[in-house]
Amino acid sequence: MFEITEKSYLAENICRMKVAAPRVAHAAKPGQFVIVRVDQHGERVPLTIADYDTAEGTVTIVTQTIGVSTNKICALEVGERLADLAGPLGRPSEFVDVPVEELRKRRYLFVAGGVGTAPVYPQVKWLHEHGVEADVIIGAKTKSLLIYTDEMRRVASHLYIATDDGSEGYKGMVTGLIKELIEVRGEHYDECVAIGPMIMMKFVALTTKQYGLKTTVSLNALMVDGTGMCGACRVSVGGKTLFTCIDGPEFDGHLVDFDEAMRRQAMFRTQEHLANEKSHECKCF
Amino acid sequence: MANRIPRVPVREQDPAVRATNFEEVCYGYNREEAMLEASRCLHCKNPRCVTACPVNIRIPDFIKALTDGDEAGAAAIIAEDSSLPSICGRVCPQETQCEGSCILGIKGEPVAIGKLERYVGDWSMAHPGKPVHIERNGHKVAVIGSGPSGLACASDLAKMGYEVKIFEALHEVGGVLVYGIPEFRLPKEAVVAREIEAVKRLGVEIETDVIAGRTVTIDSLMDEEGYEAIFIGSGAGLPRFMGIEGENLNGVFSANEFLTRANLMKAYDKEYDTPIYAGHRAVVVGGGNVAMDAVRTAKRLGAEAIIVYRRSEAELPARAEEVHHAKEEGIEFRMLTNPTRILGDEQGRVRGISCVEMTLGEPDESGRRAPIVKPGSDFEIDCDVVIMALGTSPNPLIASTTEGLETNRRGCIVADADGATSREGVFAGGDAVTGAATVILAMGAGRKAAAAIDRYIKAKTTPKKLDI
Repeated sequence: MFEITEKSYLAENICRMKVAAPRVAHAAKPGQFVIVRVDQHGERVPLTIADYDTAEGTVTIVTQTIGVSTNKICALEVGERLADLAGPLGRPSEFVDVPVEELRKRRYLFVAGGVGTAPVYPQVKWLHEHGVEADVIIGAKTKSLLIYTDEMRRVASHLYIATDDGSEGYKGMVTGLIKELIEVRGEHYDECVAIGPMIMMKFVALTTKQYGLKTTVSLNALMVDGTGMCGACRVSVGGKTLFTCIDGPEFDGHLVDFDEAMRRQAMFRTQEHLANEKSHECKCF
Repeated sequence: MANRIPRVPVREQDPAVRATNFEEVCYGYNREEAMLEASRCLHCKNPRCVTACPVNIRIPDFIKALTDGDEAGAAAIIAEDSSLPSICGRVCPQETQCEGSCILGIKGEPVAIGKLERYVGDWSMAHPGKPVHIERNGHKVAVIGSGPSGLACASDLAKMGYEVKIFEALHEVGGVLVYGIPEFRLPKEAVVAREIEAVKRLGVEIETDVIAGRTVTIDSLMDEEGYEAIFIGSGAGLPRFMGIEGENLNGVFSANEFLTRANLMKAYDKEYDTPIYAGHRAVVVGGGNVAMDAVRTAKRLGAEAIIVYRRSEAELPARAEEVHHAKEEGIEFRMLTNPTRILGDEQGRVRGISCVEMTLGEPDESGRRAPIVKPGSDFEIDCDVVIMALGTSPNPLIASTTEGLETNRRGCIVADADGATSREGVFAGGDAVTGAATVILAMGAGRKAAAAIDRYIKAKTTPKKLDI
């Protein structure tokens, strides 16, 4: 179980792996995540599902190396095994349960940032397979950090790229591009889904709020078990405390207390981690 | 004739030493000590200890066997009613069950039934019998959860010849025995793992990383995987919080999170990657066994550790032995104290907890005297970690994904005395049905359900005689 069947690097520190996990592949739906434990000493790390193939019995996970555990995961090679891969966890994306005729009347805007681009892909793919229009913005600091552009181009109605340095596509943050699409180009969207670094999701939600555009975000909170047992992933949504693992991971972006969520995410971060992150600071919003 | 000697003391790790390590506190009896303690039993004609035991172990009979030095005989007697004696001997609240009703306890100290049970349990683990060949009957049963109720149910069914598979959500087998109860109270390798090995030797298969309600559902197990009956022993894993201001500050944990990091993820061991943080001064809110486990874990991780409980010491729901051990280890107990607010610094980290003093009024619906706030008694306790140990409720994942499975308003699965639920072929027991309770009750419920599952499958598959 949990043998790595394919591995590639999407960017310098972002690794994509296909893992044999027939039960998870069979049950997975867009929006859900898995918990991975690399070896018997490893942490239980929540990772989003970037793709799943029921027939093949595999799920694809995308990991950014940001600490001990993610480094250990990315160090595994094809033919080696993860100790555990449990899931799918969390609730599927809301649209999965909406009648297709209803969905086809809607236009979606997906805003993907950094490694958060990976979980956007199965959502857009699912909508594409069901004949639903979805535009996608992928944001990154610079061209070499863009991931999933080819895959996304195949399933998105329109793909837009934003890089901070203008090395590809729109020069600037994804929020600037959202404004341009809506205000300058007159695009109309019924729903927005933003997945990326917390800080990006916070500013996307602030931007879309001005247009009254319903926005769903997917939170990558700290977790231990991922099944509702520990409560490490609690988040304030509209003043209520919810558990990201069982009530989410997707929430109404206009109701999430992002400042608290960001603070909680850093609960166990050591000085070393902080230093490490500073050098890789994401500027995609 | 009973030997009129005082209760044989049990050897324990020195409190000052054990408060800095995670090794087992109590060493238990050796053979000599066990036989001596066994000789104290009066062998009452009407043994109240048996009635007080949730699974009615024939206590005087196993103690008689021990007095004769017949451990195998004692083990066989216990095995009739309990499948986890090493565990129950360590974690049962004996003072409110068997030992609490021992006649010797009226004037002196009761027989140390728990310690004797533990001795017999540990003896059987060290002397496993030859594996007996069990004829398989070809019927498949699935068990959800590998905690006490699931293990007990699975082992009984396997002994009857069923093909049993346990599905466990976590990566480790044992449920609350591995994620909840700390190593210093229940050793994982020496006790829990060996009990699980014994269940596996019976032919029970265990698949980890399968979350019922997500990876599989009750319906998919029955319809796609061919299980004829299912036992749900998914426990009560959802932590409760108080709903007071400041609960989402950094440094506030549920006891479940804190203990899962320490026990399941072994965060106290540098070899393991999972972090844990007990701070310099940790306040644990609650008075049950989980609160004691959390506060003693915090102490072992180097924090000054304090229990805050809203009633008085007499009402503490924890086992007396755990309270006694906690005090020996230097845990501070602040009774009749209730938190009202958790205080944070500018960075959103815990800096203290605001509390009020309580007094006890008339008994409430739980039969305990209700705590009442003393007006104007607000005060603060400085601390940098707060751990909430306020009880748990069942995880709704299974109930919410299983049509027709009835639950009550507390989220517990509704089941009759045999464990039968509102869904045909689906049985349940343990904390998933009762809410957080004890290992022995869960074990007992698993065994009752195993018998009921056997009757259910036999009734379904035995051709009825035709009336001609």
